[in-house]
This record gives sequence, C-alpha cells and structure tokens, in this order.
Amino acid sequence: MLLRIKKLNKSFVVPVLKNLDFELHEGEVHALLGSNGAGKSTLCNIISGIHTADSGSFEYCGMPYTPHSLQAAEALGICMVMQELNLFPTLSVAENLYFRSMSNRFGIVQHQAIQRRAKKALQTVGLNYIDPAQPLSQLGVGQQQLVEIASVLQRPIRLLILDEPTSALTGPQIDLLFEQIIQLKKQGIGVIYISHRMDEISRIADRVSILRDGELVATKAVADISTDRMVQLMAGDESTSIDVKESIDQSHLPNNSILLKVENLTRRTKNQSGGDSGFENISFNLNAGEVLGIGGLIGSGRTELMRAIFGADQAHKGCIRLASDGFKTRRIMKSPADAISHGIGMLVEDRKSQGLLLSHSVSKNISFAILDSLNSKLGVVDQSAEQDLAESMSKKLSIQCDSMQQPISLLSGGNQQKALLARWLAIDFSILLLDEPSRGVDARAKSQIQALIRELAAMGKAVLIISSESQELLKVSDRIAVMSNGRLAGIFKTTELSEEKLLEASFCFYSSEDNQSKSVNARI
Amino acid sequence: MPESKFKSRIQLPWNSLGLVAVLIVLIIFFGLMSEYFFSAVTFRTLVNQIPALTVIAVGMTFVLLIAGIDLSVGSVMALCAAVMGILIIDHQAPIAVALIGALLMGLVCGTANGFVSAKWRIPSFVVTLGMLEIARGGAYLVTNSETKYLGDSVGFIGSPIAGLGVSAALIAAILVVVIAQWVLSKTLFGRYMIAIGTNEEAVRLSGVNPLFWKVLVFALAGLLAGLGGVFQLGYLQSADPNSGIGLELAAIAAVVIGGTSLSGGRGSVVNSFLGVLIIAVMQTGLAQLGVSEPSKRIITGMVIIAAVLFDQFREPLGRFFQRK
Repeated sequence: MLLRIKKLNKSFVVPVLKNLDFELHEGEVHALLGSNGAGKSTLCNIISGIHTADSGSFEYCGMPYTPHSLQAAEALGICMVMQELNLFPTLSVAENLYFRSMSNRFGIVQHQAIQRRAKKALQTVGLNYIDPAQPLSQLGVGQQQLVEIASVLQRPIRLLILDEPTSALTGPQIDLLFEQIIQLKKQGIGVIYISHRMDEISRIADRVSILRDGELVATKAVADISTDRMVQLMAGDESTSIDVKESIDQSHLPNNSILLKVENLTRRTKNQSGGDSGFENISFNLNAGEVLGIGGLIGSGRTELMRAIFGADQAHKGCIRLASDGFKTRRIMKSPADAISHGIGMLVEDRKSQGLLLSHSVSKNISFAILDSLNSKLGVVDQSAEQDLAESMSKKLSIQCDSMQQPISLLSGGNQQKALLARWLAIDFSILLLDEPSRGVDARAKSQIQALIRELAAMGKAVLIISSESQELLKVSDRIAVMSNGRLAGIFKTTELSEEKLLEASFCFYSSEDNQSKSVNARI
Repeated sequence: MPESKFKSRIQLPWNSLGLVAVLIVLIIFFGLMSEYFFSAVTFRTLVNQIPALTVIAVGMTFVLLIAGIDLSVGSVMALCAAVMGILIIDHQAPIAVALIGALLMGLVCGTANGFVSAKWRIPSFVVTLGMLEIARGGAYLVTNSETKYLGDSVGFIGSPIAGLGVSAALIAAILVVVIAQWVLSKTLFGRYMIAIGTNEEAVRLSGVNPLFWKVLVFALAGLLAGLGGVFQLGYLQSADPNSGIGLELAAIAAVVIGGTSLSGGRGSVVNSFLGVLIIAVMQTGLAQLGVSEPSKRIITGMVIIAAVLFDQFREPLGRFFQRK
C-alpha cells in the first residue's frame, strides 16, 4: 500500500471533505471523479501538502505521514501536475525543466549541461523535435503541458497526481502520455488521475473513486463499472430534483414574452494558463418572468458567455437582439456601460476582485452603479438620497451591518454579496445576469438570495443564472441550458431534468477525439 | 439610522490632526532653535515657496489616488512658465492671454499623459517619464535655452498684496486646495477616482468608463502644473527653462507624507497640503539653523521614509484611537 487515508475531514468555512477514506496501491492508476466542488482538488491539495487536513490519519509507504507543505511532500516523492501551468514563458525550455535544480558552478548556470539533460527529458514525452534552448512561450499549449509533465518525471517520484493533464493535448500526445503512465506503473509509482473525460478513465485507470459533496460514494475497479453508472453515482442515486421543484410557483410561466435573443454567439480565446477557452455558436431566448439556469462544468464557457452578453468581454461572432427595438438590431455589447444602458445588469463571479470596492462603505458600494443619477448639481453626490437608497435596499435584502457607513470589507461574504445584488437592484433593469450568486455565502444568505431570484422573476424580470451547484440550479431555474466544452449541450425544462441528466449533459462534449474534430453529435 | 450619521460626522480626521501636530512640533522646534524663525523673512520665504508646490501636489494627489503617477510635472511647469514668458516678451501678449496660454500648455501635456497611458494601458510611470523629457526639451526650445527676464510686470502674482500680507499666488493655491478637497469628498468625480484606485475592473463592470475619468485626472494634473508654472514665473520674475527640476519628487514626497497611498484608492488633498507645509517648514528651518544642503537632503529623505513607515501602521493605530 502506497498511500492510505482514513477519515479525512477538511472545512473551508463549510465542510469540503467528510470522513473520506482513500487508498492508492503501488503501480496503480486511481481516477478521481466528481462534479464541481465534490472535493477532488481539495483531496489532491491535501495529499500534496498545499492544504492541511483538519483531521484524519495518513499512512504513506507504511509510515505515518503529515503533509505540511508542498516542499515536504515533494521531498517524499509526492508530486502534482496542476491544471494551471506553473512555468516561466520567457525562460528556455531547458531552464523550465530544471528550474529547481539548475546545474550551476558558483551560481553560473551551466547551460550546455542542462540542455543536454533536457534533450533526454523531452524525449520521454515525445518532444524530441523541440530545441531545449528555445523560449517556452514559442511552444503550443499542449507542448507546454508536456514540458511540465516532463519536468515532474525528472524528479524522484513515488506518487504522481495529474489534474486534468489532457485538457490541452491532442490524440497522439495523449497516447504518448498514457505510455509514460504505463511506464510509471511498471516502476511501482502510484498515480492519482483527475479527468472529466470518461473514455480516458476507462482506458488508463485501474480503479475509480467517485466523490460527491465531499464524501466518497464508491471505489470500484474500472472494469466493474460502466460509464453510465459512474455518472449516476456522481449525481446521486436518489434524484432530489422533484421535491425541490414543488417550491416554485410556475403559474406565471412563459407567456412567451421574449426579452433577449442570443444568436450564434461565439468567443474563443486562449486563457491565461494557455488553454482554449470560450464558447461557440450559443443560441437561446430569454423570457420575461423566467429564470434560465446555465449548467455545465467550470471552464465550460458559462462565465465567458455571460460576460459577453454583458459586454465585459466582446463576443467575436453572432449577436444578441433585444425586445426593446423589436429584435431588429444585431448587437454585440461593447462595454458593461453599453449593456447597462440597455437594461442588463450582471453580478460578477468573483466579488472581491471584480465587484466590491473594498475600501468603500456599504452605502457607497450599493449606490455605485447609479451614482450619476444621484447627483444634484455640479456633479455633487446627493448623500442623503444615497443614504436613503442604501437603507431601503439593505432593509429589502436584510443586509446585516452596523451602519451604512461601515466599510464593506468588514461584512460577511453573504452580506457583501447582498450588497452587490443591491447595487444592481437599484438600477432599472429588465435582464439580470447572475454568476454564482451564492458562492461562498452561508446557508441562510443562500436561501435568501434564492428566494430573491424567484421574486425577481415573479416581478417579470428575466434572470440568467450560473451555478456550480446543480441542486441550486434545479431549485431556482425554470429552464436550464447546459454547456459542455464551450458548446450548448441542450436546453431543458427543469421539471424534466434530474441531477444525473444535468451532469450527463455537462460531460457530453468532453472526449479525446473531440479535441481534434468538433463534429460530435449531441447525445441528448 | 440617525446614530450612524452622527457617528460619521464626529469621526475625527485623526490623520490630519497627526500631521498638524507634526507641523506644530516642527515650528516650535525651529522657533526655539533659531531666533530668526519667527520673522518676516521666514514668512516671506515660505509664502513664496509654497504656492507652486501646493497646486502641483494637489494634482499629484489625484493621480496617486487612481493608482497612477506623474513624473512630468516639474518639466511641464517649466515649459508652461516658458510659454507664458515668451508670449509676454516676444509677442507682447497681455498677461491674461499669456496666463491662459500657459494653462492650456499644461492641459495639453496632461491630457496627452492620460490618454496615452489609459487608452493603451501603458504604465503612467513610463508615459510621464517620457513627457518629463519632452516638456523639458520643449522648455529649452521655447526659451532658446536662456532665462528670459520679465521684470516687474508679473511680480504682482508672487508679491504680497498690500494690507493682506500674502500673495495672490498663495490665495489661489489655498483656493485650489479647498476646491479639490471638496471635489474629492463630495462629487461624483471624487467618488470615481477613489473607486478606480481601489478596483478599476469593478468600476468598469458597474458601467462606468474609467478611461474618461483617468484622462481627466492627468489633464487636471497637467493644468495644475501649468498654474504652478505661472506662480513660479511670478516669483522668479523670469522664465527659467531649468526651473522645477526634481519638483515631481518633492510633490510625491509631500503627498506621501500626507498619507496618500501609492497604490491608489486612499488619500486626501488637505493632508497633501499639510505635507507641503511640513516639507517647506523643514527646509526653511534647517536652512536657518545653518544645516548644510547635503545634510538638509539627508534629513528630508529620512522624514519621507518615516512618513511612509508611519503610514504602514496607520490602520492598527487608527483602530487604537477609535477604541478610545
């Protein structure tokens, strides 16, 4: 037994891992499966020493093991290849490969020596045609990913964690990677493998552990379990969607008053870590009085789509049309100001970095988007009107704070989020885009926010909502558009949808062949 | 919530009070050390030194508030003074016209700084460093690298008004401080400046276009550098293309002593003015004590670092005071 974990618990405000048991044999490839937030990454981060566990016992190579830092874990031969590239684009390939242990004499790097070694290292991942002296930034994303893997393979490893290693690789590159993994197995090295691609798991893994909401649902030999069953287990056997739906009054539903048409909207970019991100040919209609959920995995293009509708990033192709001019004009929103002037508001995903003005008071945060309509003369802010606005909004959303003058940085996550919602509710909008509105808020604030979303729809507003929690999505949405790998997998009535089906749709455009050819038919 | 309104009103600007305290301590110290400190000469020196640095520090406060920096103010000031001098001497322009010419020159330089850095996302440090050279070159070009003597025609700007004892320049500078503080704390523009310095992306995603406001801030800094040039011209009664070298650093020092954050989002115009006074009093006082120029510089440098250090611990100290 290489690694044995018993009763692992970890909380970040809320429990993320609950009494989790996990085992890894020597020479085993053990796949981790689970939807967003199931706890896969947290587990790997704990094993590799990035986070520390709250409780639980660890045994590694038959010895008790308490991972307390990345360096300590690496000294014991535990290495992780992360999803985001941890490389230096301006340094050469060779320097990247040996960044930690650069051969040097009195601090002078021995370029020839490391380049010679690099040449060999690159061969192991099939990059023999790459010149180790060339800057890393000249390589493609997939090649960079392979360089990172090659760099890990140079170290004396006993346990390797691969977090979505194939997301940027082509078919032949994946084949080569798998050959390497098989080599590692022969040397008795244990591999923990995270991927969204079911076909890869069946191909390379010996066993699979399925996580749901921080709990281990099942550990099975891959040969003994079908792909469909894996999806079922990820979603949960008992479909909870039905009783949740009862709470929604759908009597107001679609009187077919479309407010927004999205037509073939496309935006494709390289993201910061080098991967392909964005979305392609997305079309849907958004009705007044409706909550339309956007489902899909993180990175499936959900946020990018919403940001393009709002004009935070500009779409490359396609258009949106608005009811206000009878859908005549083909529009691409040029800026958030543009969208806001057409009655579209958006609650952004990351409230700290994109939403909050942390040094400002609660009232200044609430009033910010309509400040120009709060000025009396000479551009002077009417502070009593501002105070009134903030107080009425905080009453409406039950924002808990000492006073409207309190710095917003002192509020809890839930109350900060409500204040940001208030910023948009202060505007006269007809369409509201919400990106993860209840992320990182406590249970009470979460249900308050969900109730508010339903209330807005009942008032005839159109709401588009992204949530990584399928339960929440099923609870508040009338319809759900599921995105998968940048494309629309389908739009479903929530009443006809279960968590399982939602998950299945989320995975439908992820497969290895899919990386080269985009001609895969939707399974739904 | 009437209580909260009350609270916010009595919240003492203890940071300003701290600066006032430092200023008083300095004045008492120099008063005790030098018998000449409380004299008309000292007063005149101070009154002449302050106005240009004050208005430039006001512009710099705004620039630092939006997390920018303007290194070109000293050169722009010299260029504007040169333009004004040349308009008066070589073109026999009325003083009012020449003054407007100087201000326009400053506005153009500032707008160029703001537009280039905000539009193409080039760090303002680099853009204004370029402008520092451009404007200095411009000043030499306009004056033919000679100091142009204007004589008494512009002396009224810098010399004390009879009966008041202070110059028109000082009155104008204080007026600028008051207006700028009002703009900062009361208006939309002020709110946007602080917000841009705090979180520009959040500002953009709230539907406010940061570009316009950023350009406006740099344009104002340029305009105020132009006004500083006018004051300088009045004080020297000549247009010196070498004037204002290193002034940008003095202005930044004053603003930083005033507690404005270099990373944006926090600052006060009045405190910057207090920073100017502290620097001016220190320089004058040290000079009167017979401290040599090198030592003067060393002491000034240490005071700047001490001010920033103090600023680092501002928040814990603030909490301590509030608890009392």
